[in-house]
Amino acid sequence: MASPLFADTSFVWFVALAVIAAGALIGFMLVSAIFSVWLERKVAGRIQDRLGPTRVGGKFGWLQTLADGMKLLIKEDIIPDAADHMLFRIGPYIALVGSFMGFLALPFGLGVVAMDMNVAVFFMLAAMSSEVFGIILIGYGSGSKWSLFGGMREAAQMVSYEIPMALCVIVPVVVAGSMNLSQIAIQQSGGLWNWYVFHDPFTFGAFWTYFTCAMASCKRAPFDLAEAESELVAGFHTEYSGFRWLAIFMAEYGSMVAVSGIASMMFLGGWSTGLPVEFATLFGGFETLQFTIGGTIVDLGMGFGNTINVIVFIFKCWFLVFIMMWVRWTLPRLRIDQVMMTCLKYLVPISCVLLMGVSLWQLLLPFWLNDVCRWLIFGLSILGLAWFLRTIVTFASSKPGEGMPGMWRTTGLPGYQGAKQTP
Amino acid sequence: MNEEVGLQPYLMLGALLFVCGVVCMATKRNAIGVLIGVELVLNGANINLVAFARFNPVFEIEGMVFSLMVIVLAAGEAAVALAIVLNFYNNHMTVDVDTAEELKG
Amino acid sequence: MESFLFYVIAGVTGLCAIATVVTHNIVRAATWLLFTLTGTSAIFFLLGADLVGATQLLVYVGGTLVLVVFGVMLTAQGPFISMKTSSAEWAISATVGLVLLVVLVLGVMSLPQSGLRRPPSPDTADTDLVDKAMQTTNLNNNDAATAPYSAVIGEGFLGVPVGPPHIERPDGAPRVVRASYLLPFEIVSVHLLVVLIGAAYLARAKRRRGASS
Repeated sequence: MASPLFADTSFVWFVALAVIAAGALIGFMLVSAIFSVWLERKVAGRIQDRLGPTRVGGKFGWLQTLADGMKLLIKEDIIPDAADHMLFRIGPYIALVGSFMGFLALPFGLGVVAMDMNVAVFFMLAAMSSEVFGIILIGYGSGSKWSLFGGMREAAQMVSYEIPMALCVIVPVVVAGSMNLSQIAIQQSGGLWNWYVFHDPFTFGAFWTYFTCAMASCKRAPFDLAEAESELVAGFHTEYSGFRWLAIFMAEYGSMVAVSGIASMMFLGGWSTGLPVEFATLFGGFETLQFTIGGTIVDLGMGFGNTINVIVFIFKCWFLVFIMMWVRWTLPRLRIDQVMMTCLKYLVPISCVLLMGVSLWQLLLPFWLNDVCRWLIFGLSILGLAWFLRTIVTFASSKPGEGMPGMWRTTGLPGYQGAKQTP
Repeated sequence: MNEEVGLQPYLMLGALLFVCGVVCMATKRNAIGVLIGVELVLNGANINLVAFARFNPVFEIEGMVFSLMVIVLAAGEAAVALAIVLNFYNNHMTVDVDTAEELKG
Repeated sequence: MESFLFYVIAGVTGLCAIATVVTHNIVRAATWLLFTLTGTSAIFFLLGADLVGATQLLVYVGGTLVLVVFGVMLTAQGPFISMKTSSAEWAISATVGLVLLVVLVLGVMSLPQSGLRRPPSPDTADTDLVDKAMQTTNLNNNDAATAPYSAVIGEGFLGVPVGPPHIERPDGAPRVVRASYLLPFEIVSVHLLVVLIGAAYLARAKRRRGASS
């Protein structure tokens, strides 16, 4: 009797499917990394009141990352004398593999998933936790004490923040009743009000707490002590240049996209647009658009619907990555003791309270009260979002020097001559 | 290529990991090397448990629960062992197990 | 397909386990242990045990191994990174290891192949009872890839009797029993609390020997 896992498929077809899936995921990860690098520089520039890359590839510098990549590929391969050669070489790739493994269980659309597991969320968190060892090897293998300090700090931070991250991830799992990410996304389909972020106050809090822990786990500012440019030169990757540095950064941006993927899948509805229609099943199911290859049925209508789903999901992931970048270039950096205190004294108790709260909410509340609360939170969130957008538009359309509250105006100190004194 | 792998290859892999762990415990002079050997032993045992859980229908859930318990207990044991090693290092400035002979004789 | 994957993963895992033993640099031993543990996790996924494989990755690779490496870094001053063992000890250990391996492999090979697929049906058991028990098992499908093990194990930890039925044969009538795993779960939870407190106490910052107390 053939193994139940691989029955009915021939060896070549299986390997071909695996290669195609892995290639698509790596392609997505690389394109995300390229896009994220460009977006980071543009966002950093705009927040710092300058333009960012504008020269390579047109007015907006679209091809800047390609130029950076080519520069990094032709750089000299330097390995310090005091470095452990083997560990120096393999460290970045362990981080990259750990970051990539998380994408294996992430569904991009209805059925568009590399490995549909019953423990998808658990597997994603587990696979991304193996990136820590890559960071340690990067820090140790460089042979310099600054890199070692940065690597150890970073490992302590990543490992500590896994706890509130996992606790916050359990909160929507309790609401959904399953760890299967496809199931969680399907349960949130059918309208913007079904998204778990609006489900009850505890999942609403869990979204923000999870996002904070995800930012800390990806060593993004304000938690980026490990690569603190003003303190440790470049932290744990000081001695890395060229393609190995690129691998480290692909791992970092890959984890950012993966945790954003988890956040959008569990809280923001996954691949659903917010409209009460599921595109894959809308266009799928017509026999005229179906044909068979190698034992599997290919449905073109469903493929077209799923394309919309995949685009919406990728847009949500990249939007959350943009928010991470926005926070990075706005907030100052925390010290390492402040980072650990935030985790242990604030985020862990908050996550425990959220978990207990959502369990009691699911058990005790009658359904009608749950619906009332859901619509209340949904309405308040829409109002909050509207106020936020209005604030942004007001500040963006005001003339330079007025409208933005600044330190000089509020303190009344002489110094900044440019702002008008509004009454 | 498509035939099924029986139970015995998994058990032999478990045995190989177990023996590697035992030899590691016996030969390493670094105390943390001994701890690495203990982890290898526990992993060999886990492979055995999960293989039996897959191939023996009666043992299906128990094998997995047992190996989950082993993983959790191994993590706890590694924490305490490392605390002991760190204490030893703080007191003797060395992690060489050959120098841990104050209780001898 | 499964045999190809098994031989590749088992080969890598075994080679990395041997490399862990052979290398004399402690940091490299920890790295080879990383690959061994990841290979073990892949074996668990191959055997269809998703929850155990993911737990192995999360706890062992992302937790225990990081702990071991922290211990290595805290104690890895120059002379302690690579400590060589004498050849006599190597010879004795290798001999003992080989003998143990031979004994274990012989034990494995002597397993009867036939009786492993289904449990032997008890002779004096009531067949209706057995059929009824098998019908109400939680894992109706034998497909290892899609069996909802995580839900069943979770139920077991909550105290619900789960799993395939065991036929208990006391002197009287046979009974169908299932096991629940609430007590081991609670014991392990208390154990982890004890370990947490104990490790924190043992590893607290103390004055080094030689300083006045």
